[in-house]
Amino acid sequence: MKATSVIKSLTRFEFRRGLLRVVGVSAFLLASLSAQADSANTTGLAVTDDTVTVGILHSLTGTMAISETGAQEAEKLAIKQINDMGGILGRQIKVIQEDGASDWPTFAEKSRKLLVKDKVAAVFGCWTSASRKAALPVFEKENGLLYYPTFYEGLEQSKNVIYTGQEATQQILDGLNWVAKEKGAKTFYLIGSDYIWPRTSMKIARKHIENVLGGKVVGEEYKPLGNTQFGSVINKIRLKKPDVIYAAVVGGSNVAWFKQLKAAGITSKKQTLLTISVTEDEVLGIGGENLEGFYSIMKYFQSQDNPNNKAFVKAFKEMWGDDSVIGDVTQAAYLGPWLWKAAVEKAGTFDVDKVVAVSEMGDIELTTAPEGYVKLHKNHHLWSVARVGKWNKDGQATVVYESELLEPDPFPAGYQ
Amino acid sequence: MSFVYEKLMGGKSGLTGFIILATLILVIFPTFLDLFRLNLVGKYLTYAFAAVSLVLLWGYGGTLSLGQGIFFGLGGYGMAMFLKLEASSPENTAIQSTPGIPDFMDWNQITSLPWFWEPFNSFTFTILAILILPAAFAYLVGAAMFKRRVGGVYFAIITQVIAVILTVLIVGQQGFTGGINGITDLRTLHGWDITSNNAKYIFYFVNCFLLLGVIVLSRFILTSKFGRLLLAMRDKEDRVRFSGYDVSNFKIFIFCIAALISAIGGAMFTLQVGFMSPSFVGIVPSIEMVIFCAIGGRMSLIGAVYGTLLINFGKTTFSESFPELWLFLMGGLFISVVMFFPNGLAGIWDDYGHYLTDRLKQLKDKFTTVVLNREPKQLAEDAG
Repeated sequence: MKATSVIKSLTRFEFRRGLLRVVGVSAFLLASLSAQADSANTTGLAVTDDTVTVGILHSLTGTMAISETGAQEAEKLAIKQINDMGGILGRQIKVIQEDGASDWPTFAEKSRKLLVKDKVAAVFGCWTSASRKAALPVFEKENGLLYYPTFYEGLEQSKNVIYTGQEATQQILDGLNWVAKEKGAKTFYLIGSDYIWPRTSMKIARKHIENVLGGKVVGEEYKPLGNTQFGSVINKIRLKKPDVIYAAVVGGSNVAWFKQLKAAGITSKKQTLLTISVTEDEVLGIGGENLEGFYSIMKYFQSQDNPNNKAFVKAFKEMWGDDSVIGDVTQAAYLGPWLWKAAVEKAGTFDVDKVVAVSEMGDIELTTAPEGYVKLHKNHHLWSVARVGKWNKDGQATVVYESELLEPDPFPAGYQ
Repeated sequence: MSFVYEKLMGGKSGLTGFIILATLILVIFPTFLDLFRLNLVGKYLTYAFAAVSLVLLWGYGGTLSLGQGIFFGLGGYGMAMFLKLEASSPENTAIQSTPGIPDFMDWNQITSLPWFWEPFNSFTFTILAILILPAAFAYLVGAAMFKRRVGGVYFAIITQVIAVILTVLIVGQQGFTGGINGITDLRTLHGWDITSNNAKYIFYFVNCFLLLGVIVLSRFILTSKFGRLLLAMRDKEDRVRFSGYDVSNFKIFIFCIAALISAIGGAMFTLQVGFMSPSFVGIVPSIEMVIFCAIGGRMSLIGAVYGTLLINFGKTTFSESFPELWLFLMGGLFISVVMFFPNGLAGIWDDYGHYLTDRLKQLKDKFTTVVLNREPKQLAEDAG
């Protein structure tokens, strides 16, 4: 290890140019020497005897800021709680925050900055699939560690990413089984925003509906991101009269989508609607009254009644204000620092390779998660429970169904 | 010699500016910036291609294009398609339902490589496509509009509309284009790791030389007879037309050149950043490019580069230091430049630069009079 890290710093040195050479090499040598004295950090991460630095990378500006704010708030809360408990391996966590600005290239740039300049031990961040896809090569190249909180399309498993949200099959299959059984649904109308996550989710949903449930997809439609005109889709839905509208409309489009549904007289009295893209955060914009009686499938709802969640909601509101709501991704983001703490403590070091190796053993678990019990699978995703929530006027959901603990399966056979 | 001096460099002031810029990007940045920052500067300099193209088209040609992102994007996508195909070898993509095609196609249930992707297996074709396709597209658009004497605001709006259409097309046809995610995870060029530190240095310098080359080419265009015609067309188009020139052909030509220059920037961007996405094609990036050009001074080829560097440097540092406030700081920067220096950075240099040069001249005179004139006297005194 000693030899390799010196060689590493020398190869790094080789590419440095100009006046800083001498300063650079002595700094690198010093860094690698002092690092070797400490087994908690042998790869030159930003770890001192009493602090460890991590990055938070979410959009604070731009269209995604509304969605990502909750996630970064939850991460800060978790970090604060960990620090209050004495930190990780006796070190207090310091945070460097960067703004992804809802712009995928910026996510790549800032990831590189956090890993190369700041040498953070872990990054909690990204929200959209596009931002993760943009940042992913950087994390793989610089051997960083990213905790990614959003439920997403699956079909990915990187050594350098821990996925704390649900992958598509965990979210979709049980919800479809539930609606088929509970509502006797046979015909489905699929509608989503036009990008990778809804498309992949619908692909999985269609296969499950046709091959497993023996149902029928009577329509499948995608609208551009940010679209606010759903009139033609709503007319088609009226014509086809599906048992279930299965929706993955994201972001601001949701407001128009649900308001136009209501204006067209399609409400929960006559129509079952199941969505995989509405959390408490979106409901804030849509308005509970436009959504009342419709269903969401998520792994977490703010209204969940358990001691972990009660404590979490209370702490969150204390830190970020009584008006704040907590959606699925916010809770998943909260798990990130805790999962990292568990892995680091088990590995006894902050080294990314060792933390990943420990995470891949498949036995890191959190009994204190607000959503209940979660366990990290060796494929970097979480075992979790799928829940169906029925929306109320006040913007909160009542959980009407809970699955068993579901195994994550990012590359589902028969659904690709 | 005088050809080089007058036509390619633009006389004394042009040459001075060119040398200062070349020293800055070729010597000073690589010496004083670490690789991470240098890579960022490299990325900014790819935008500078678009800004320089706007100096030709807008500053001199008087035709504002709000769609340079189209050509930047076409160039970038061309390069990205080649690199993606190389990254999608059957071995690398064995996990997919259809190995050997780019991952996003597999996610979108496409089972064979679309016909228009096939030629991008060839590097020669890719380079030609980057140089020719955007220019050819610009020719089509330019011919359709300038021949009908559409210009000014209408032209700006139409270019903007095309940028929107192209974005919608790329996002909508995600099976063929990678959609909103863009084409990501590009790793090698002919088996050579483009994410390595060596590659980053090489691309940086290639990028600098291309940019300096583009500036020389643009200077040549502007100092030629054609350049004077451009100015004449901008100021009194009818008079040029009545003098017997075919105004539309000149406009089409400069539009094609501007497209070509932007496309080179796009291709270099893909190589240095490692991916391409529709967020470089649409309205926002296109308008940003106009801002780079305006801040630099729309009549100055060199100023456009500084404008690009200043804005992007501001963007990066402000957002790193004040993640929650940085947009306001950027807004402040734009407003103050437009309010106080309507001719951009180049305008500041023209208005106040002579104070600096005068001062230097004074110092030099003083030096000559004080040191050199006194010398004999001093010598005499010493001798005496």
